[in-house]
Order: sequence, then structure tokens, then C-alpha cells
Amino acid sequence: MTSTDLTGAAAGYRPGATLGIWVELIRQLKRRRTKATFVFLAVLPLILILAFSVGSEEFEEGDGRINLVDVATAGSLNFVLFVLFATTGFFLVVVYALFFGDTIASEASWGSLRYLLASPVPRGRLLRQKFLVALILSLAALVTLTVVSLVAGAIVYGWDPVRTPVGITLGQGEAVVRLLAIVGYLAFTLLTVGSLAFMLSVITDAPLAAVGGAVFAMIIAAILDAIEALGEIRNYLPTENQFAWVGTLSEPMQTDEMLTGAIQTLAYSAVFLAVAFWHFGHKDIVS
Amino acid sequence: MATYAQVIRPQETRVSGLRNPLPAVRRWSGRTQIAVVGVLVLMVGLVTWSVLAPSGRSGFRAEQLTVGSGSGADEVQLDTTVFIPDGVDESAPAAAVVLAHGFGGSQASMLEDARALAGQGYVVLTYSARGFGRSSGQIGLNSPDFEVADASVLLDLLAQRPEVIQDAAGDPRVGISGPSYGGALALLAAGYDDRVDAIVPQITWNSMVSAFFPNSVGSPVAATPAAGSPASDDGVFKQLWAGLFFSSGSALDPAAILAAQNGGGGLPDGVTNPVCGRFRPEVCAAYADAATTGRLSPETAAVLERSSPASVLDRITAPTLLIQGEADTLFTLSEADANARGIAASGTPVKVVWYTGGHDSSGSETDSERLLELTTEWFDFHLRGDGVDPGTGFEYAQVTGLSTNNGRPTSQTTLTERYPGLTDGATARVELALAGPTQQAVAPPGANPAAISSLPGLTQITGLVGGVVLDLPGQSAAFQSAVFDEPVQVVGTPTVSVRIAAPAGEAVLFAKLYDVDPDGQASLPQGLVAPVRLSGLPSTVDGAPPVEITLPAIAYRFEVGHAMRLVLATTDQAYLTPVQPAVYEVALNGTLSVPTVDGEPLDGASTPWIPFLLAVLGLAALSGAVGWLVMRRRRGSEVSDVDSDLLGVPLVTARLTKAYGDGFVAVQDLSFRVEPGQVVGLLGPNGAGKTTTLRMLMGLISPTAGELRVFGHRVHAGAPVLSRLGAFVEGTGFLPHLSGADNLSLYWRATGRPAADAHLAEALEISGLGAAMSKKVRTYSQGMRQRLAIAQSMLGLPDLLVLDEPTNGLDPPQIREMRQVLRRYADGTGRTVLVSSHLLAEVEQTCTHVVVMHKGRLVAQGTVGEVVGESSSVLIGVDDRLAAVRVLSGLSGVHSVQSTPDGVVVEINGTERSSLVRELVGAGVGVERFTPRRRLEDVFIALVGEGRHDVD
Repeated sequence: MTSTDLTGAAAGYRPGATLGIWVELIRQLKRRRTKATFVFLAVLPLILILAFSVGSEEFEEGDGRINLVDVATAGSLNFVLFVLFATTGFFLVVVYALFFGDTIASEASWGSLRYLLASPVPRGRLLRQKFLVALILSLAALVTLTVVSLVAGAIVYGWDPVRTPVGITLGQGEAVVRLLAIVGYLAFTLLTVGSLAFMLSVITDAPLAAVGGAVFAMIIAAILDAIEALGEIRNYLPTENQFAWVGTLSEPMQTDEMLTGAIQTLAYSAVFLAVAFWHFGHKDIVS
Repeated sequence: MATYAQVIRPQETRVSGLRNPLPAVRRWSGRTQIAVVGVLVLMVGLVTWSVLAPSGRSGFRAEQLTVGSGSGADEVQLDTTVFIPDGVDESAPAAAVVLAHGFGGSQASMLEDARALAGQGYVVLTYSARGFGRSSGQIGLNSPDFEVADASVLLDLLAQRPEVIQDAAGDPRVGISGPSYGGALALLAAGYDDRVDAIVPQITWNSMVSAFFPNSVGSPVAATPAAGSPASDDGVFKQLWAGLFFSSGSALDPAAILAAQNGGGGLPDGVTNPVCGRFRPEVCAAYADAATTGRLSPETAAVLERSSPASVLDRITAPTLLIQGEADTLFTLSEADANARGIAASGTPVKVVWYTGGHDSSGSETDSERLLELTTEWFDFHLRGDGVDPGTGFEYAQVTGLSTNNGRPTSQTTLTERYPGLTDGATARVELALAGPTQQAVAPPGANPAAISSLPGLTQITGLVGGVVLDLPGQSAAFQSAVFDEPVQVVGTPTVSVRIAAPAGEAVLFAKLYDVDPDGQASLPQGLVAPVRLSGLPSTVDGAPPVEITLPAIAYRFEVGHAMRLVLATTDQAYLTPVQPAVYEVALNGTLSVPTVDGEPLDGASTPWIPFLLAVLGLAALSGAVGWLVMRRRRGSEVSDVDSDLLGVPLVTARLTKAYGDGFVAVQDLSFRVEPGQVVGLLGPNGAGKTTTLRMLMGLISPTAGELRVFGHRVHAGAPVLSRLGAFVEGTGFLPHLSGADNLSLYWRATGRPAADAHLAEALEISGLGAAMSKKVRTYSQGMRQRLAIAQSMLGLPDLLVLDEPTNGLDPPQIREMRQVLRRYADGTGRTVLVSSHLLAEVEQTCTHVVVMHKGRLVAQGTVGEVVGESSSVLIGVDDRLAAVRVLSGLSGVHSVQSTPDGVVVEINGTERSSLVRELVGAGVGVERFTPRRRLEDVFIALVGEGRHDVD
């Protein structure tokens, strides 16, 4: 084996070819927790359908808050909206935290991180590929949840127009467009927790600390968000706009809060990712 | 971060923390990265700030005053507060705004609005109306003689304040705003006192008679959207609301009443009759009459009309912004409509705003902000001449969705330039067909049980779906439209014509317009009901005269797939209905006429997504460009940082040093060289710095000083030359969920190099794992993992193979095999092996060369022979040391002899070891032991002073 490269690399070695997306995807997809997450995502809508079918139809006094449970079974699209509503606050946060938070820290805890880096996968590239694969898995999770809900909902509740809790009706075509906007918004804004988990994953060697830390941070933010006395400070909490996608159910759509949420995600993610890349670029890998 | 890492991995405390300054080249790239991060954070921060930043709010001071008003028995003390914004004084006076509170409230209710307006630079006056809060006196229900006169006294007060702009002596520049009771006061004060310059009355009445004794018989009196039916002096008493109103002004502490009755003390200030509480006697009497008879007596009508702005609208010259609630079963949109018509008739500018709240609901979040904005805008223009003319248009809001964080509804506002029919034009109307046979409706004796349409004052958000609406079977007639195939937007008062028959000639009915959804569930928009009282009716519906009914004004969209249902019910618990039983016959007479107002949506598509996307693209482009520059510079430095003299040398370290932040120096000034074809042992006790050196060699940690070169190329994190290096350092690193074979193949695929270069078969053979390769790594023993790791390090047959303690965990046959593998790997191939070990025997048996380290420093280096073998010494255990020394000293080829408690140490120089034994035995000295002593041990013992357990 000889080298002709100016960089002294072995023949056939190109930094840009290391740790391909597909390779990393296989490495992650073969993990039990990845499979379990996807299975659970696919089963969750079915559990909810079951829950609705055994629940009583009795008139229940509302708690004064409008929410999508009231109209969850009005049709497939309504059901999807309910499923997304029910999972936005916690479940999807955990999924994102898992895929983004586990990826580096678990390699560090297995010891395989140093062999990848010494092979060598350039550090920036390793982070980038890991980030992209975590993103792909997270998007796939969101799409799985949506599609399973949509199909299962269509079978059980029928393919009907969306009825919003305030009595507005949206045709199926229009509703599908808005559903795409909702999924897009969720996919993007959940990057706040994703990039936080990713940063923690770089900083710590314990996967649990990275995933749990990110989820914990979001729970704290959600609790603070509920304290009205905090006033304007709450506008800067990462959870403030996580439900802003509900604005797409207005007629016409109200997207101001979504924009604020998107900008917030941009800001938080930029900071978290910058710290992650900077830290990883300079870190002594000792695990 | 360091602290966190320390907590969870205490064994690593030494390696976390700051490093010493980096060499110049790396420092520059670190700065670049900091700069990149800084720029990104700054840009993102600016974008975020520009969107999220709240507008600045300046401060103010508040003065508490007690203002006397009226004379004699009616003299009262008004609890008043004046808010003076910072920077407002006699040299820079400001316009003033009086805020009047709603019924049952006090000046404290207006605090938030006062703060907001003071923040906008207005002198704000809040006060508790007489009979409320800490103000004394009795409630006169906005009587011109009392409450309205009080308002003039407050204007006098403002006329004396130097902080308030004066239009003339005694005439302050002042606006009045307030909700409900306060809104009516604003209208009445503007009617009675021409010093008022602008008013913003909210959710208030035009006529107390039409508000509390509504009768919706007859067509709308004007072409405006919410014009009501003609005034009637015989309406249906709105008993629930009236009762709520009365009780909030009359409720007293029962103990005080009891005490007064027993002569144990007087009633509270301003109270003479416990039934009337703080109401003036004439108001109290009017209520008592209405509540007991359910009919409007002339005396009651006189009291109510005196308190109604309707009587003074033609005198109002102050520009008026009328804000009315859609969710308001007390003062309907038609009240504001009547006020608008009355004020505009004399040419005064009027703007009409309908929002989603009212007495029944706080309305949407969007509206709360919008109303404050509109109010400020109105005063800004009409009191200060600031800003754009808010005009004389009309806007209405509709609930369109849900708020994301507190469940309040959100709304969309629609604007038009004119309130239709006010000065010109007319409201557009659509005719819709209803269908249904003639029906009978029973009025039960005692009017009980009664239908429920609304619960006064309760937030009706829950009523939006399902809700509390209840019609009783047999008590109503219903007529339904066809299902809509396009949405029907209603803005204003729909009208309908029916024919009604009643055996007694008289009837009280409640007309409602329901929204029926595709499931057949009916909801009543805002719980609004149109009561009608009819007399002179025939006993059969055939030939009965048509009765026009003006239904309640709404701003509501009937969705596709929905239908309208007109219901005429005989009871409604919100109203006082006749207790005589009756059976009515109801038939349709024509179509339902639905008003609508087209307009432009407010902020329709104003969300600045385009700038946002541009900002994102800009950021992406910027970070991409900076990243590319950094990469280019990096790549440049890699190519240039080659020592061409060392291209053929697998490894050279020069003054390599690694110091950690806590001062621990793991490697110091380490310089050694590894030539091609060598099998080099890196030898040293635990903690000698071997692993740290290997980590630096792999680019995992960066040296504090000095450098490593692999084939002439300087090593740093991710240096491409590392691709010529295979390593097994500090234990195995496998994905436990994958098989051994998958681990190896994925590892190789991760390098991105051609599969053919891997030489997987050879590596597998070396591992000797056989069938176990297809099992998951998590099932492997330590030895199996170790063998797999060594196989992985040999993938691609690297030019330099680096193994850290490779025989740890292997059993003796495997160790022997491993030694052969390593020797074979280098032998004759030009490949090089670097093995670290703390076992001298292993190095001696495996390696051609050795580098000895201790405490981070180089102790010795050379061939194994040089360092270990040739000038060796021997320890001989003898029974007579003196004799032995004597014998051995005389031998040629013996360099030196030394007596030690263990025996004699002989340094030999060319002499055969066997001859030493022969000579000793020949001289009669008993030899007990004969142990070769090595230089290395001596070196270690000399340097370290440690026992043999470290090096054996």
C-alpha cells in the first residue's frame, strides 16, 4: 500500500467519501432502539383509535380550552391532527432527542468513536453525517406517524373534510396542503430539541445524559411557559411556539406564530450546533 | 461542561478542561471558528430581536386624589388616580384620557389600560364611579344629574392640571374611553359636555329599553348591517342579565343588614334600604317593577331613557370609535349600530369595530391587542394629530382558530372603508329559502322548564362546539335551509317573515338561527336570541298577517355542508315569559334575508415568510462560504505541512508534549523514530504516557507542544495520512448490536475506501473467530472482542499498525500466535508495527526495537538487543559470596563483580555464562541460582525505584 496523494493518504481514501449517509443509516437502523421507536410510532395511532372506540360517547363538560380531542374522530384528517397535537408536546420531543442525542454519545460509550475518527473520518464531516442521519430518521419518524394515522384513520373514520374545533370546515385537498405545512413546521421546529440533544451528545459520553438532558430542558421550558408571571421572558422559551402549527387550522391560516417559532428554532439551533461543531472540533477524544 | 463530564466520569477529571495554547497554525483556525460562530450568533440574534423585541415602554407616576362632586345630600367623594407619564410637565403638556370602568368594577379594573395609555404618553385619569369602589354615593345608572355631572367635574380637574394640554381656559384636551357602563358614560359625557374631544365607548348600550326589554318584531329600521327592529315599549324582560346587574350593585354583607335591623348600627355609607343596596331609590324602584311584572311601565321607561345615550347622540361632536362585542347577549351589535347612526347623522366621524368578545367572552387574543391598538390610534389622531387618520370605516372579527398556548380563540379581522348604510349605500343581502310545515309550539304553564340559549356572562368558548344550548321538545317550531355547497357569511341582522296564530291573541316567542353541522348537531351562534312579543294575533295561522322578525346581529360563517335552522321557541330562561300556558301555530312566510359585508382581510398574508426564507438562505450561504474558506485553508496547511525527508519514515515524534489543564503532564519532550519494517515496542509501566502518545498518534488528542509525523505528514485530528495507520488503542470499539462481520464490513465502508482494498479475508483469518463472526458482538467474550479489534486494525493492511497492549485478555496459546502474526505482518513487507506494552517479556519476544518510557519521558530506545540483551549482567546466588567474588574477579571477560544480599552481580563482557558456573563450581562455591539480569530492569530500578512487579 503506497500513497501518491499530496496529503499522504492511502490509495482510495477521500475525506469526502468517509462515513457515507447510507453506511451511517445502516449502522443506526440495525439498532434495536431505532426499530422499537418506529414500531411504537406505527402502533401509537392504532392505540389511540382503540381508545376512542372504547371511550364513552357521553356528554362531557369541557375544561374551557378548545382542543382537537373534541373533533378527533370526525375523519382521517382530523385524526391525524389530533395525533400530532397529542404528540407535539412530549412524544415527538423524545423521538428527536433520542435520534439526535444518542448518536455521538453512544459511539463514545461503545468506544467506536475513536476508531471512526482515526480511520480517519474528519471530525466536522462525522458530525455532519451524524446530524443528517439523525435528521433523516426523525423526519421518517414524523412521516411514519402521520401516514399510519392517516391510513388507519381513513379506514376507521373515513376520508372526510377537516372540522376544526371552532366549526370551520376545510376541504380534503386544502387540508392535505395544510397537513404538509404542519408536518414541515414540526419537522423544522423540533430541531430546537434535536440540536440541543446533539450538542449534549457531543459534550457528554453518556447517551442517557444527552437524550434525557434535552428532554428535561424542554420539560423545564414547558413548565416555565405555564407561569404567566414570567411575562415576556416566556416569548424566548423554546416551547413557546411548539403548538403554533395550530394556526394553520384557522381560515385564513395564521402563520405569525409559526414564523416566530421558526426563527426561534433557527436561533436556538444555530447556537447549539455552533457549540457542538466548535466543541467537537477542539475536543480531546478520550473515551 | 467540564464539571458535568467530571460528575459523570470521575476517572477522567485530568483530561477535561482547558488546554494550553495551541501552536500557531491551529490557533488561527480556532479563531476562525470562533469568528464564524460569532457572526452566525449575531445574525440570528438580530433577526430574532427584530421579530420578537417588544416596543419600549416608558415610565410614569401615579397620583391618588379624592375629588368632591355634587352638592348637598348628593355630594360624593370620587376615588381618583391621575397617571403622569415621565417627561410630561407644564413645559411639555400632553393630552388626557379619562378611563371609566364597567358596572360592578372600580378604577382598579382600568389599571392595565391606564398603564398602556400612560406608556403612550397620555395623562390618564381613572376613577371609581359613585357607588363603586372606594367612591361614596349611590348608583344613579349614568344619570345626567349625577354620574355625567361627575365626569364634568373630572374634566374641570384636568383643566387645572398644568401637565394637560388646554384647548382654551378650562377646556382640557381630553378623550374618554371605557367598557359597558363606562362606555355609556363616555357617550353621555360627550353629549352633555362639549369639552370632550374624542371618545371610545366599548360594549355599551344605545337604549336601556331596547337592551333590557327587546322586541324584535319588525324589519330593521335602517340599511346598516346590524340595524335592529323599530323601538318598542312592550318588549320581553331580559331577566337574567338585569338580575345580575342589579345584584352587583345591591349586594350587601348580610351581617350589616342584620345589624341595622336590630338597631345595632347603621347601614354602610350610601345605603338606606337593604333591598336597594347602593342604588338610588328611583333606579331600585324601576328594577323592582320590571322584575316583578316583566313589563315596561312608563316610570321605568323614563328612568331607563334618561340613562340612555340615544337621547343625546345628536349633540355628540367628539369623533367616536364604537367597539362592540359579537359575543354579547346583553348589549348586542344593534346597540352600537343605533349609536353609530345617531352620531353620524350630525356629521361626527364614527368608526365601528366588532370584535369576538363582549359581555359573554373575553374574545380572541388577537382582538385584545387589536383593540388597544385601535384605541391608541384613535386618540393619537383625534387628540394629538399624530399618525394616520383611522377613518370612518368598519371592521369585524371572526373566530378562525385556536390559540396555540392558552386555548383562547384566535380571530381574523375584515375591514371595509365604510359602515354600509351609515352615510350612503346599503348592506348587501342574500335571500335563502327555508322549508318546514306549519307547526305547533306549546308554551308550558309557568314557562318551565325553559329553553337555554345562553348563560349570561359565562365565557362561551365551550359553546362553540356543542355547548349549553338546549331546546325542549314540543316547545318550538323549526324551519331548515338546504345544505350549503358554499360557505355563507353573515354580517349583521338576518330577517325572516313568519305567520303566527295564538288562541289568546298574544304570544311571546324566541327566534333563533342555528348552525346545523353535517352530523345534525345544532349550535347557536353566540347564544343570541331574538325575543318577540306579539298581540292581536288570529287563532288560526291561515290568513294570519305576516310578522317580520329581525334576528340577532352576528358575524358568523356557515360552513360548506352545514345548514341554517330557524327555531321559534316558546320559552327562554334568560327572559321573563308569561306563565299562562298556550299553544301557538307557526308557519313560514317567505325567505330568510341574510346581510353580508365584503371586505379585505387585515394582515391577510403579512407574515414575513419571504424575508425569513431569505435570511435562512443568506445564513446558509454565509456559513457555507466561511466553512469552505476554512476547509480550503486547512487543506492548504495539510499539503504544505510535509517534511519531504521523512516521507519514508513511518513515525517520528519531536519533543512531543501533552499537558492537561490541571497541570498534569502525561508526555514530555518525547522524541523517537520508527523506521519501516520495524516491530517497535513502546515499553513502560502503567501511567508512563504510552496510551496518551498513541492517542496523539491517532489524532484523537492534540499535543500541547511538539509534533508527530507519520510518513512525513504532520498528524492532527482527521489528517488524511491517518488512513495509512491501523490502530487498536485502549480497548475495543464495536457496535454491540451488530455481528463481528457486520462491524468489520461497516467499519471499512465508513472509511469510504474500495472494498477490494480491505483484505477482509486475511483479517478474518487473523481474528480466528470463525463461525462466531456472525454473532452479535455483545455476546462476545473479552478475548473475542480483542481479536476482532486487532483484525479491524489490520483491515486494508495499513503501513503502520499500532496496537495498544494487544495481548491483554488473550490466553497463552493466543498470545504466542499473536506474536507470530505481528512479526509476520512486518517481516519483509516494509510494513511497520508499533506495540505498546508494560510487559518486558512480550516486547523482547515480539519486537525488533524498543522505546522505553517512564513518567512521560523517554528512557531508552534502540534495538531490543541494544537495550535488553548484549551487555547483560547476571545475578548468581551462591553459598559463599566472598569466595565467589574472589573467583569471578579473576576471570577474563568479566567486567565487574558486586556483592549484594541476593548474591553476586556479575557484569560480563564476552565471556560465556556457562564458564562462570563452571569456574565457581570448580572453586568449590555452591551455586544456588543463576539469573540473567537485564539492563532494562536495572534502568527501571535505578530510575523508578519501583519493584519488579512493573517490569519482569
